[in-house]
Amino acid sequence: MSLLWLIPLLLVAGVVAWLSERVRTTLPNWISLITFIVATLWVTVVWFSGPDTNGLYANWVQDWIPRFGIDFRFEVDGLSLMLIGLTTFLGVVAVVSSWTETKTRHGFFQFNILWVMAGVVGVFSAFDLFLFFFFWEVMLIPMYFLIAIWGHEDKEYASMKFFLFTQISGLLMLVAIVALVWFNASSSGSLTFNYFELVNADLDSTTAKLLMLGFFIAFITKLPSVPVHTWLPDAHTQAPTAGSVILAGILLKTGAYGIIRFVITLFPDVSQDFCVWGMSLGVVSILYGGYLAYSQTDFKRLVAYSSIAHMGFILVGVYSFNKLGTQGAIITMIAHGFSTAALFMMAGSLQERLHSREMSKMGGLWVRAPRMGAVTMFFVIASVGMPGLGNFIGEFLVLIGAFQKSIVLTVFATIGIVVAAVYGLSLMQRSFQGVPNPNVPKMRDFAFREMSVMVLLMIALVWVGIYPQSLLRMSDTFVSMLEFVS
Amino acid sequence: MSVATMFQAGLPYLVLTSGILVVMIGVAIKRTHAVAAVLTIITLLVTILSHILAYGALNDGVVEITSLFKVDGIAYLFNVLFLLAALVVAFLGSEFLNQRIRFKEEFYLLLLCATLGSIVLPASVHFASLILGLEIIGISLYAMIAYPEKARPPLEASLKYLVLSGVGSTALLFGMAMIYAGSGSLEFAASLPADGSIEGQYLYLIGNAFFWSGIAFKLSLVPFHIWTPDVYHGAPSIVTGFLATVSKGAVFAVVFRYAIEGNVLDSGSVQLALTLIACASMVIGNLLALLQTNLKRILAYSSIAHMGYLLIALLLVESNSAFGYETVVLYLIAYFLMTLAAFGVVSVLSTHQEHELNTIDSVSGLFWRQPIAGVVLIVAAISLAGIPLTIGFVAKFYLFLAGIDGGMWFLIGALVVGSAIGIYYYLRIVFTVIKKAPDDSEAFTGLPWTGLGILTFLGVCMLVLGIYPRFLINLIHNVVQIAGF
Repeated sequence: MSLLWLIPLLLVAGVVAWLSERVRTTLPNWISLITFIVATLWVTVVWFSGPDTNGLYANWVQDWIPRFGIDFRFEVDGLSLMLIGLTTFLGVVAVVSSWTETKTRHGFFQFNILWVMAGVVGVFSAFDLFLFFFFWEVMLIPMYFLIAIWGHEDKEYASMKFFLFTQISGLLMLVAIVALVWFNASSSGSLTFNYFELVNADLDSTTAKLLMLGFFIAFITKLPSVPVHTWLPDAHTQAPTAGSVILAGILLKTGAYGIIRFVITLFPDVSQDFCVWGMSLGVVSILYGGYLAYSQTDFKRLVAYSSIAHMGFILVGVYSFNKLGTQGAIITMIAHGFSTAALFMMAGSLQERLHSREMSKMGGLWVRAPRMGAVTMFFVIASVGMPGLGNFIGEFLVLIGAFQKSIVLTVFATIGIVVAAVYGLSLMQRSFQGVPNPNVPKMRDFAFREMSVMVLLMIALVWVGIYPQSLLRMSDTFVSMLEFVS
Repeated sequence: MSVATMFQAGLPYLVLTSGILVVMIGVAIKRTHAVAAVLTIITLLVTILSHILAYGALNDGVVEITSLFKVDGIAYLFNVLFLLAALVVAFLGSEFLNQRIRFKEEFYLLLLCATLGSIVLPASVHFASLILGLEIIGISLYAMIAYPEKARPPLEASLKYLVLSGVGSTALLFGMAMIYAGSGSLEFAASLPADGSIEGQYLYLIGNAFFWSGIAFKLSLVPFHIWTPDVYHGAPSIVTGFLATVSKGAVFAVVFRYAIEGNVLDSGSVQLALTLIACASMVIGNLLALLQTNLKRILAYSSIAHMGYLLIALLLVESNSAFGYETVVLYLIAYFLMTLAAFGVVSVLSTHQEHELNTIDSVSGLFWRQPIAGVVLIVAAISLAGIPLTIGFVAKFYLFLAGIDGGMWFLIGALVVGSAIGIYYYLRIVFTVIKKAPDDSEAFTGLPWTGLGILTFLGVCMLVLGIYPRFLINLIHNVVQIAGF
């Protein structure tokens, strides 16, 4: 059975989970958890059974709106499969992390989680631009509900900001898509939204530049990169834990995926000229994101800003325009998904126990909850870029790639790693180490439920760190296809 | 054209007219709400079905009935749309009448008359039939708006609408007179000045200026929009729904005819004026909607913006009239569904309330208090904002295609800015609907099943046509092609 049945599976499971609330209030959680576990195992099986002769793991094409040459065109290549695997795996993490957090309306909560994931799987496998845009927007609505209904004190503002930023940038992308299709139709005579035909579109360079910007702005808003990053800290801080995990772990990756899959391949020449700008934006994000992260007093906000810095590495890697940089960016996507998901889960657990995210109300927590301390230590170290763990591989490859393009920018990007150590260790210091805060109530340490997920995430990070070749091999087919002109 | 063909093609008009007579006689014999309602619904249904028979007459795609009407598939498509909308209004209106009004039966007469006026317009190719249709709608609407005769706001709204719509009609008539003075004919197709050139024909241009001002009044385009929020606010929700959809749709259908048959857009000045009006409507309509806290006023301003969006399709007539027509039809279908759904929700929720619900706070937590109405309102808001899964997105997609096809980059810019602003207030509706219901809020129980059923139907249509629009798109495409564009 084709892996693409995953999308209807998630959609149906969402509806079932919603309805099952009437039977028992805990049933939605279980349905959701089992669905994600099954989905993850399914991806694993497909992964190991290997691609078909075209290098694809699944594909499906069907007419949708023939009048405009719009199809359901799904394809899963190595890159897509990796990201789909990340999605389903983090689905498990998201469900477990919010197991006890939501007190009401479990059914609708799980419905939204499952539907976001269905949308994301669609984004990662759509090869028709209309279809891609469709999923791109559709995954936002349940995400919006997650923040707006189950969010914390300032949820209205945060959810609105999140939605406005992504929608408005999405509108630009829609204009760019339609214009690209139209220009292609007027030169080639066939109206089609098929990615594989649009790749060969014949555009003059000014048009291409403008269209590229339409896509680019939409994707860096989602990534997010400075200067369109301001929605992220708010959305993250206010979102429920599962929302943050999904947002940081997966939704940000759709932006990176968009740049790698669409911007670079649809507009190769213009992107080539644009690469200094892309890299510079990345470097600014790294440094500025790191600087802001250090200034935060809110645990979750700090992690949110650190995401901006990490996403900067992806921009630097992609716009280095060589194989190493691109591969590094892809590894960073995966590794950052694991490490940040864990940190957000930690932030959620702390908030559940202390009813606060303020680090001034923490301090010396290690004594109270040694397991939580150790876990946090591991993931902070990972996100700082410790060799042997996934994030290091990603960032290292990015830097090697970038070095070939621009030494100056690479130097600045490397400074970012130092900054990461500063804010990462200060996070650790202010929350778990130091003098125990006398006002902290007695708190429960991680139990089996939380530890099992954390251990899985640790194994995943170590695996990426020690044996990155298994991932590099998966994305190699796609990356080798890119035309890199040095 | 043989007389038989003309009668066959004109069947829907004849059926509806006789239906009006039947309802009138029925009401005169004995006042019974149920009978009047049933007769009205039957009339509307039969009229819709009569289109199937009438369509057989359109062998060459077009039938001319005197010089007043040119009937084609597109006109029929519009007719069916208007009739369906009237059907929704009749169903929802019956509940509204039951609860609030003493004399119920005349409402149906007015509704049918207004519908007759609206189906006259899409086939009109002559200034006489244009003004006739327009005034039938207008006069019926004055009475419909003021129908709850004991309350102040409807009366105020009706008076405002009467005066301003009168002014609009006057401008329209004066414009027609000047166009006639230049061309010597009242037919759209012969409305260009006698010597064929437009440049320097000031009479023609001034005539058109008046004509379009009048039309802009009727469509509530900026800067002729001032009456809209007050009238929308004051009128009973269900009448507002009718006013916002059918009356505007009909006017749009006829000006589209005029633009195509009369080649008005050959004139650069008309084009420029319409472009400016479109931009202003999109941006200002949306901006003003931001400031509102009243649900009906938000929808009023949003309808101003939507009419502005639609002008993009009108402006495409110059270069690609076929696709322009497709865009208009599809957009109107989408707009009808979402607007009727939104006003329908307000109307159904008000069933057992002393006063009609108005403020946005009155729907807070609706999703948890009355899930069906809540979901429909969410879908309608998302659709109005043009977000995928809903037909509103397909409609917006058409606008982008139309705009890019016509190379109207300036308008596309305005469309993007307008939609971006729009998302904010539509989303505020969504947020209000899903937030936790205030503790003192009463549950909306005992709502009429007809109302909820209709709302569900509208909601399902928005979603299904949004996800799988293929058949609708093909239908419109074929109809437009057969009509010879």
